[in-house]
This record gives sequence, structure tokens and C-alpha cells, in this order.
Amino acid sequence: MTGFDWGLILTGPHHDMLVTGLLLSMRLLGWTLLLALPLALAIALLHLAPSRLLQALAWTYVESIRNVPLLAHLLFWYFGAPELLPESTRERLYAHDFETVAAVFGLTLYTAAYMSEDIRSGIRAIPTVQFEAGRALGLGFLTTLRLIILPQALRVTVPPLVSQTLNLWKNTSIATVIGTAELMYQAAKVETATFRSFEPFAFATAAYLALSLLITGLGIWYQHHYPARAL
Amino acid sequence: MSYPDMVDTYWVYFLIGRYPQGPLGGLVLTLVLATLGLLLALPVGLVLGMGRVSPWRAIRWPVTALVFVVRGTPLLMVIFWAYFFLPSLTGIKTDRFVTMLLALVVFDAAYLAEIVRAGIQGLPKGQAEAARSLGLGYFRTLRLVQLPQALRHMLPSLVNQFVSTIKETSLGYIIGLTEVSFIATQINTLVFTLPTEIYLTLGLTYFLLCFGLSRCAYALERRLSVREHYHHHSHTPA
Repeated sequence: MTGFDWGLILTGPHHDMLVTGLLLSMRLLGWTLLLALPLALAIALLHLAPSRLLQALAWTYVESIRNVPLLAHLLFWYFGAPELLPESTRERLYAHDFETVAAVFGLTLYTAAYMSEDIRSGIRAIPTVQFEAGRALGLGFLTTLRLIILPQALRVTVPPLVSQTLNLWKNTSIATVIGTAELMYQAAKVETATFRSFEPFAFATAAYLALSLLITGLGIWYQHHYPARAL
Repeated sequence: MSYPDMVDTYWVYFLIGRYPQGPLGGLVLTLVLATLGLLLALPVGLVLGMGRVSPWRAIRWPVTALVFVVRGTPLLMVIFWAYFFLPSLTGIKTDRFVTMLLALVVFDAAYLAEIVRAGIQGLPKGQAEAARSLGLGYFRTLRLVQLPQALRHMLPSLVNQFVSTIKETSLGYIIGLTEVSFIATQINTLVFTLPTEIYLTLGLTYFLLCFGLSRCAYALERRLSVREHYHHHSHTPA
């Protein structure tokens, strides 16, 4: 082992590769969050809807997603699912950065399943009398949810959602299996190109840790400023 | 090749890999890896968890830092460190199974440490105080009073941790470990015409395994909470 080569990760083409990877990882995080949150909310509401069929639908979604590793999900969306499409559509997909699209797709479905459970237990933490009072005042099911339940549930739900965001950030690394050129992929590529494993992995680890700490910090800040009120 | 033909040709390969002619692989390797990983991570996690609540800063701080670093890093990163860096440090080329096992133990131990910590801190303070006032030392209090109670709380979490570990073993795919996801991909390469069916089968296999186990955890939780309910009531002051 020779000394740590700072030049490799601070300047030059390999530095650029690592930064490009980091940016893509962050884009995966951003897009997935943006898409997964509304989906998770919709599934949580389905789960709580006053209909057995809708509840069963939401339950099936959550259980079938959570009991399969993300890696298997991504392999399916990237290699398996496109076979169901017509040949021309498939070729267009693979030509247009399908690695990233499939990664966001798989990550969104996976993350939404976990987040919907957190949202659901947040909503259930609100006493049912709140809901009944809303209905007794003549508000409809969805209006009661929107005006009375969700604002209160938000405070209870944000901390677990933050830790799901942290999991999502770490899970973006798995997209490397389908060739999405995110941070982990680029770190491995730099390793292959330079035969130095320590520097690119140190860069990647530091980057993952930094954002993880930032997310954890945000969670602590929220809990400090908006603590869940005793109900 | 039709789906039934594919299943007929490859089901043994899917389950055990090239065994007994070659190394063990497939679903059985996934299970062996997850079981060994969790079993080895348990004592490490227990020690780390005790370190997290240690009254001595010299122990608590480094252990806390270690747990935070591992929990803030993707498992894949830990695997890469073990795979690429460990050999250059020790000079020995470790095989893929050992590498993956090592990464799993380190990663799971950090998570188990938090379960142990929560288990110990979740106990009423009176338990430790009563033990200390009976003249038990710090370690005997931990061993005889706190841990036995904390471990029972942890049992459902442990089954869930096993489910997580099974899912985590799929990452062995990336370093070419012949666990079930890797085998499925190999079968896909050999068959070539059935990717949708093959990856659906892979997903279904994981699902049956993990869903079954998480149902067990759920049943266990309910049984323990019945006992817990009684336990709490008997302690409520009149």
C-alpha cells in the first residue's frame, strides 16, 4: 500500500466520474421521494378506506413489495418487464437511459410500500373520536382526512418517513446492479481503471455518510421543533 | 423453451447450485448465508448494544460512532470494502462467501446493537436500580436482570431481522456469489427467452420465504403482547 492519493479524488477525470455518480445518486433520491410520497399516501388511504376490497388491495401491494429484496425488484423491472412490451417500444426504452428510469421506478414502488405503512400508523395514532367528530360536523370522509386527521398525523409521521428517506438514500446504491451510473457504479469503475480501491471507496463512503448525517440531522431538527403533541 | 421445461431443467440448480459436484449455491446458499450471518451477528450486536448503553464514555463513544457509521452507509459499500480492500490489507484473497458473511455480520450487528439498546433502555429503570440495591454489580445486573427481559422483547424484532438478512443476501449477486438471485440471472442467460417468468419466479420465491417468516414474527408478537399486557397491569400502582 502506498499513501493516500488525494489527487485522484479531488481533481482530474476520476474525480469528475465520482461527482457525476454522486449527482445521479442524489437525483435518484430526489425523483423517488417526489414520486413515492404521493403514492405512499394513496396506498395508506386505500388501506384505511371503508371497503374490504380496497384494504385487501393495499395490503397485497405492501406485502408483495416488502417481502422481496430490492435487487430482485430491479432485476425484474430492468430485464423482465420490458419483454412484455412490443419490440419497438423496448428498443426505444433501452436506448433512452432505461437504467435510470427503471431504477427510479423500482425504488419508488419499493419505498412507497414502506412509507405507506408509516403514514398509516401515523393516521391510526389519531384517536377515532377526532374522525367521528369531523363526520358528525357533516364533513365527508376525504374532507375529514384532509382537514382534521392528516395535519395532526403529519407530526407523528415525519420522523419515520425521515428514516425511510435514509433507507432510500442507501438503497439507491443497489441500482448499480442494472448498470445505473450512480455513485457506487462510478466508484467501482474508477477502481477498475486505476487499480486503487481505497480512494474511490473512501470518497463514496464519505459522500454516503455525509448525506445520511444530513438526513438524520433534519429528522432530529424536525422532532425538536415540531414534537408530536400528546393526544 | 417453455416455462415448464425451464422449471424441469433448472429447479435443482435454482435450489442448490452445482452441489454436490461444485460449490453449494442457490436458495439453500441464501438460507445458509442468512442463518450464519444472523447467528454470528447476534453476539457482536449484543456486545455493541451493551457498549451503546455503557456508563463509561471510553466505550460508549467509539461504539456509538461505529454504529452510526455503519448505519449511515449502504450495505453494498460495506461489501465493496470487504471485497476489494480487505485482501490488499491482509494479503489473503478471501473467498466470496466469507466476504459476504463478514459484511453481513458487521452490517447486521450494527442494527442489532440498536435493537439491544432499545430493549435495555425500554425496561423500567426500577429493574436496574432494584438489582443494584440488592448488591449486584453492573455486569451481573445486565446479565441476570436486564438482558433476559430485554431479549424477550426483542424476539419478534429478531425474526424480522432474519427476513431483512435474507433480503440482504441478494446483494451477494454483485460480487458474484452464487446465491439465488445470481443463479436466477445465470438461468436467464442460459434460457434467454423467458426473463419475465424467471424474475417473477425469483420474486415469488423470496416472497413465500419472507412472507411466511414475517407472519411467524407477527404471531410471536401477539403471543408475547398477551403476556406483556398482564405484566403491565400487575405493575400498575393502585
